[in-house]
Amino acid sequence: MKKLAISQALAALASARVLECDHASRGFHLSVAVAPLELPAAAKILDQQGFFIEAITGVDWLGEQAAPGPTVADQAEHQPPLPSEDSFEVVYDFNHFAKLCRVALRTRMPRSRPEIPTISAIYPGANWHERETHDFFGIIFSDHPDLSPLLLPEDADFHPLCKDYKP
Amino acid sequence: MSLFPEIIRIMAYVVGVLAFVGLNAAFLVWLERKVAGHIQRRIGPKEVGPFGVLQPVADGIKLISKQLVVPAQADSLLFRLSPVLTMTLAVTVFVVLPFGPSLVARDINIGLLLIFAFLSINVLALFIGGWGSNNKYAVVSAIRAVSQNVAYEVPMLIIVITMVMITSSMNLNVIVSQQGNLLQWHIFPWNGSILSPLAFLIFFVCTLAETNRAPFDLGEAESELVAGFHTEYSGMGFGLFFLGEYASVFVGCALASILFLGGWQCPLGIMPGVHWMLIKTYLLVFVVIWVRWTFPRTTLYGLLNLSWKVLVPFSLVILLVTAAQLKMPWPF
Amino acid sequence: MSDLAVDPSCETFVLNMGPQHPATHGALRIKLVLDGEYIVEAEPVLGYIHRMHEKMGENRSYLAFMPNTGRLDYLSALSYNHGYVSVVERAAGIAIPERAEYLRVITVELNRISSHLLWLGAFVLDLGGFTPLLYTMDDREQLLDLLESVTGSRLTYCYFRFGGLYNDVDDNFGPGARAFIKRMRRRLPMYHKLISKNVIFRQRLEGIAPVSAEMCRKYGATGPVARGSGIAYDVRKHEPYSVYPEFNFDIPVYEQGDSMARYLIRMDEIEQSLRIVEQGLDKLPPGPIMAVKVPKIIKPPKGDYYMAVEAARGSFGIRLVSDGSATPYRLKLRSPCLSNLSLFGEAARGLLLPDAVAFFGSLDLVIPDIDR
Repeated sequence: MKKLAISQALAALASARVLECDHASRGFHLSVAVAPLELPAAAKILDQQGFFIEAITGVDWLGEQAAPGPTVADQAEHQPPLPSEDSFEVVYDFNHFAKLCRVALRTRMPRSRPEIPTISAIYPGANWHERETHDFFGIIFSDHPDLSPLLLPEDADFHPLCKDYKP
Repeated sequence: MSLFPEIIRIMAYVVGVLAFVGLNAAFLVWLERKVAGHIQRRIGPKEVGPFGVLQPVADGIKLISKQLVVPAQADSLLFRLSPVLTMTLAVTVFVVLPFGPSLVARDINIGLLLIFAFLSINVLALFIGGWGSNNKYAVVSAIRAVSQNVAYEVPMLIIVITMVMITSSMNLNVIVSQQGNLLQWHIFPWNGSILSPLAFLIFFVCTLAETNRAPFDLGEAESELVAGFHTEYSGMGFGLFFLGEYASVFVGCALASILFLGGWQCPLGIMPGVHWMLIKTYLLVFVVIWVRWTFPRTTLYGLLNLSWKVLVPFSLVILLVTAAQLKMPWPF
Repeated sequence: MSDLAVDPSCETFVLNMGPQHPATHGALRIKLVLDGEYIVEAEPVLGYIHRMHEKMGENRSYLAFMPNTGRLDYLSALSYNHGYVSVVERAAGIAIPERAEYLRVITVELNRISSHLLWLGAFVLDLGGFTPLLYTMDDREQLLDLLESVTGSRLTYCYFRFGGLYNDVDDNFGPGARAFIKRMRRRLPMYHKLISKNVIFRQRLEGIAPVSAEMCRKYGATGPVARGSGIAYDVRKHEPYSVYPEFNFDIPVYEQGDSMARYLIRMDEIEQSLRIVEQGLDKLPPGPIMAVKVPKIIKPPKGDYYMAVEAARGSFGIRLVSDGSATPYRLKLRSPCLSNLSLFGEAARGLLLPDAVAFFGSLDLVIPDIDR
């Protein structure tokens, strides 16, 4: 079964925490948290198993240290050592064309140093999604071929989806 | 022959030809919009005048009242010359078209040659217009128009040579007078060449391509090149291209009816005259419009392949077969 | 730009197709590096109608975001409505009455047909055939009248509510929908005769711009684009939601991956949607259209939720992150058109300009959905 195979393969990564979720109530089967540096390795595993990339979502967890309110429960305990400051989260949604198995691949980085490796070399489709995430949050995807604004104006220097963004 | 009547005659024909070209364009605009409307299950123009017949007049007034904008980077001379040249050439061709037994401005012996000479220069007008616009779409379109016209003139001229071999004349009136009734029309295989129907088909397809009409309207392909060579033209600049296009559609169909369908001759041999010429030509024009609103556009390579790989070989076969047939009539 | 594109000796030139161009159907710009008419490089430039719907979602209540979902892909607005209400219902644990689910499926499928009809007309227009547009508009008009009588709007629908629907259908809807099905089944063979069998049309589509299954996977292309490349992926079957498992319908799949395959997929999908609507009308149960216990102010529990639905152009997904308050903490809208367009640059390389226009049309893109 696809779910078992992929969860075993991903669990082999050093930093990965794999959590099975109830698809009916959450909409995905596996929630996998990895450290930013192991992201390309995780993407490569998913690629080898024939998954396709559906979306990349950035989330700004501003204020989670002061008040742990917004932080979503199951991630907090399955996160590789949480940054000791407010963080950005990036969620990569993968799915499989033949066997239904939705994987949400999560990674976190501190808000002050928002830099994670790109997976656009593995999934060319991630290129635009990463550019969009860079537009909205200012997260830098290192080694990305072109991080110029995709949806925002070409001279945009603001990141509207950051929780501290003031227009 | 004194000089004075000759001048009157020239004046009358200039006015007549110009008036005819204008009226023809107006009528074709109206016809095209009405036919397109009915093909598309709507009714087309109906507000301006009875059945909307005055719509082209309204269109014309609108076009004339608009400013002719010459883009800053355009080659002003070429840009202005191109529409005028298109129009001039289209009008000149009308000089040798026989509308009736005696209704022809200049009944000259090489009328057919003159028409093709002028129609070939037409492509130059499109080219300098596209080039002079200093617009990438216009240049691409101009290049397309040239390669298309060159490709289609070859089979067209081969067919015309075939017809000249059959009729032994380049005088259009002579060609028409050979086709006294329906059975003598050159389209039928027993008159001249056994491949005449095919020749007619090739000639008609080439006419569509020569006049840049759909499905061969690659020059103005609006979904690819915005408006092609006349992208930058406004007002009457565009209007002249429009007039020129309709004039050449008429000339193409008139030639087809002269060469193959007996021109001004009546199918039954009674009451020949200008009305037959107009009926036949406008029927062909109707087919041209019908084709335009039915078919999608071809691509340039599809078009060139059709010309060089299908039409040229077939027209050469027609030429050879006809030549052989004319030299040894026995087996036929 | 690649080396080839900037090398002056190659005599290439840059042509900006758009943002105002007849073939891009909206404000999209494609930067084309052309060698003659061959495309050396094609780079879509997005964002001309970017409205930041995702930020809007963070600033208003769950219900107040509802109308926004009809303004992403305005041609299949009901599918987007459906995706949004489903993800909120999933998060808040709201159960929906069966009648409401059936009506959702029926209206969504009618909307899919109207979307495909408009695409068909616009696609043939891209290829230079003007007339079919008027025919499909004629058919679509019947559908819009029908949907207007139910939803109250003709294009940017906002018909669904959390827990059900805004209102029930009237007595004329059933006969009206059946009459449309009958009409459409008569019209489809006519379209096939006029368009699918036309020699010029076939010549322009067959074998042009093949997209491989692997390319679809790498770029995340879904919907008719993926199904035209031999991938039998349809969220309605693959990850059934609503009452789709109750219906008997097929997923058309073509292996060729060319523009013709993408065209045929959508033509077949119209047929399949007609089947679904017909079955839905037959099975439509009586009962309420609104769940009883729906809180006035929706506050889903903390957590993140994902929901994908099959919109007319592919898999539309929403990732909702809730912090337990009355407004979403983060709302990610996964647009199928963005992913489908992202493969354009690679697939269009080496095509001729007119073929690229045909390829672009066969991707069936709605620009406001890409730019969001």
